[in-house]
Amino acid sequence: MVKGIRERAWREFRQVLVSAGIGLAGFLLLFATVASLMFSLVWIGLPVFVEVVGLTRRLAGVQRRRATPAVPAPYAPLPDGLLRKVRTILTEPATWRDLAWLVVQLPVALIGMMVFGLWPAAVQGVLMPLVRWVLPPSVDDLSYQGIQVDDQRTAWLVIPLGILIGLAAYGVPRWYLAGEAWLARWLLAPTAATRLAARVERLAETRAAVVDASAAELRRIERDLHDGAQARLVALTMNLGMAEDLFETDPDTARAMLADARAGAREAMGELRDLVRGIHPPMLADRGLPGAMQALAMASSIPIDLDVRLERRLPAPVESAAYFVLSEVVANAIKHSRAERIALSITDSGSTVVLRVRDDGRGGADPSRGTGLRGIERRLAAFDGTVRVSSPVGGPTLIEMELPCAS
Amino acid sequence: MRVVIAEDLVLLRDGMVRMLSAYQFDVIAAVESGDGLAETLAALRPDVAVLDVRLPPTFTDEGLRAAIAARRAVPALPVLILSQYVEPVYAKELLSDGAGAVGYLLKDRVGEVGDFVKAVRQVAEGGTVMDPDVVAQLLGGGRRRSQLATLTPREREVLAVMAEGRSNAAIADRLVITEKAVSKHINNILTKLDLPPSDDDHRRVLAVLAYLGT
Repeated sequence: MVKGIRERAWREFRQVLVSAGIGLAGFLLLFATVASLMFSLVWIGLPVFVEVVGLTRRLAGVQRRRATPAVPAPYAPLPDGLLRKVRTILTEPATWRDLAWLVVQLPVALIGMMVFGLWPAAVQGVLMPLVRWVLPPSVDDLSYQGIQVDDQRTAWLVIPLGILIGLAAYGVPRWYLAGEAWLARWLLAPTAATRLAARVERLAETRAAVVDASAAELRRIERDLHDGAQARLVALTMNLGMAEDLFETDPDTARAMLADARAGAREAMGELRDLVRGIHPPMLADRGLPGAMQALAMASSIPIDLDVRLERRLPAPVESAAYFVLSEVVANAIKHSRAERIALSITDSGSTVVLRVRDDGRGGADPSRGTGLRGIERRLAAFDGTVRVSSPVGGPTLIEMELPCAS
Repeated sequence: MRVVIAEDLVLLRDGMVRMLSAYQFDVIAAVESGDGLAETLAALRPDVAVLDVRLPPTFTDEGLRAAIAARRAVPALPVLILSQYVEPVYAKELLSDGAGAVGYLLKDRVGEVGDFVKAVRQVAEGGTVMDPDVVAQLLGGGRRRSQLATLTPREREVLAVMAEGRSNAAIADRLVITEKAVSKHINNILTKLDLPPSDDDHRRVLAVLAYLGT
């Protein structure tokens, strides 16, 4: 218990120190912002202003990350070109909210330093008798918190005051930090409008990607049908027509043509089957994700340990997306990882379905390079899903995907 | 030979009834739904049942589930499952009771009338019939690839036909080799894959399919 108290006091003490530091830096940046804005009237200040805003944003970023839960950054990406940058910065509400935050940083820093000073004050109070005893009586201007400490008796009497300040030193930082975090949430968090704007932008992006992907998919299906089954059916009717003509005059050739026609029909059926399998795997339709994963595991050349905890049938689009990303990840693992085993798990929390694929291969999968992983990201983004990749060189590789999916 | 047929598409159902009747089968029932199918099968106890996997009401795998349930009530009730697609997982579930008298074929095969009728008879007599497509999927993807690589190309061909449930004579016929050569190949295969030697077609198929499916 004593250890717990000591650790907490020490942790909060450091936090207060950091807060005071940020406050001080914020005050300096406020000064720099005002100065650069003034110089901007004669142009030379503009690049400095952009730099200062950049620094402010970084400082605010530090503060955002300190808050629990972390506050998301509200900024739109900056365009190229100085003037356009300045314009974006000036029209963005986040800029002015950051400035307001900088303004309150001076009091925050001052209060932080006062809070910081509580501990030395407490120690001083408790040690007062010792101090009075060491100093010669001729020193008559010794005082503690406004109380003249001329004799040893008064020195003993200020000890309770020192203890009281010690208690404050222990209790106040929490309030200080909470207040500071509240300020950060209030001024640094994106406003509802910014959040909505960002969300709309993201939705527009993912929608465009989905439309592109489905258009490409339709084109592929159309081409496959046109070159495959359709062409075979044309040949088939031709064969049948000729067989009909030759039926009386040349029965042998007619029979051979019928055999050809049947072979063609069989091939057309095979192609249609493969095509449909690609569009929507029958196992997925029949048995949902658990069955489809079983089939995937059976067809895999690397043993797959399945751990599927999914009691419900997911909505068809989510199920289909989950199936495709899982098969893509497993196919990647088989192709590139040189793993001996793959572990695949599906867990359902009710609001999200978490898909994990882990292999004991050589690692080094890079999401920024592999087109496979980009495709997975796109596929999941349509459902606000996310993918996380951990793949140190030498392995193991863990790919974790989340699909929001309320029941 | 008494047959029950379950198929939801009228065209196919009528076609199969006509075809099997033409080959001296006695079609005692032709149903269109999976509802109560297992009970019907257990009550009628046909010599063989020919079932579509996908049936009303849910159009998923009721045919397969009805077959498994009926075989729980009447062990080794001969069942031939037809499907638009073959799935190794379903093949495994069908075979898992080890009783034999099962078949699993693509619907396309109905077109090869002679072979299809032969397959129905084989299942009725307690044999096992697997679609070449199932075997190909098992040979192509599964994790036994490294062991299968030790087989010669000829042995692989023999293994594939054997896994379909063919007898030695049928294998010899298909690959145009002598029956003696076939049994020599089969012995080699079983030895290389560490499977128990057996002359019984049906036990042999089960062993091979179990081997490929794990």
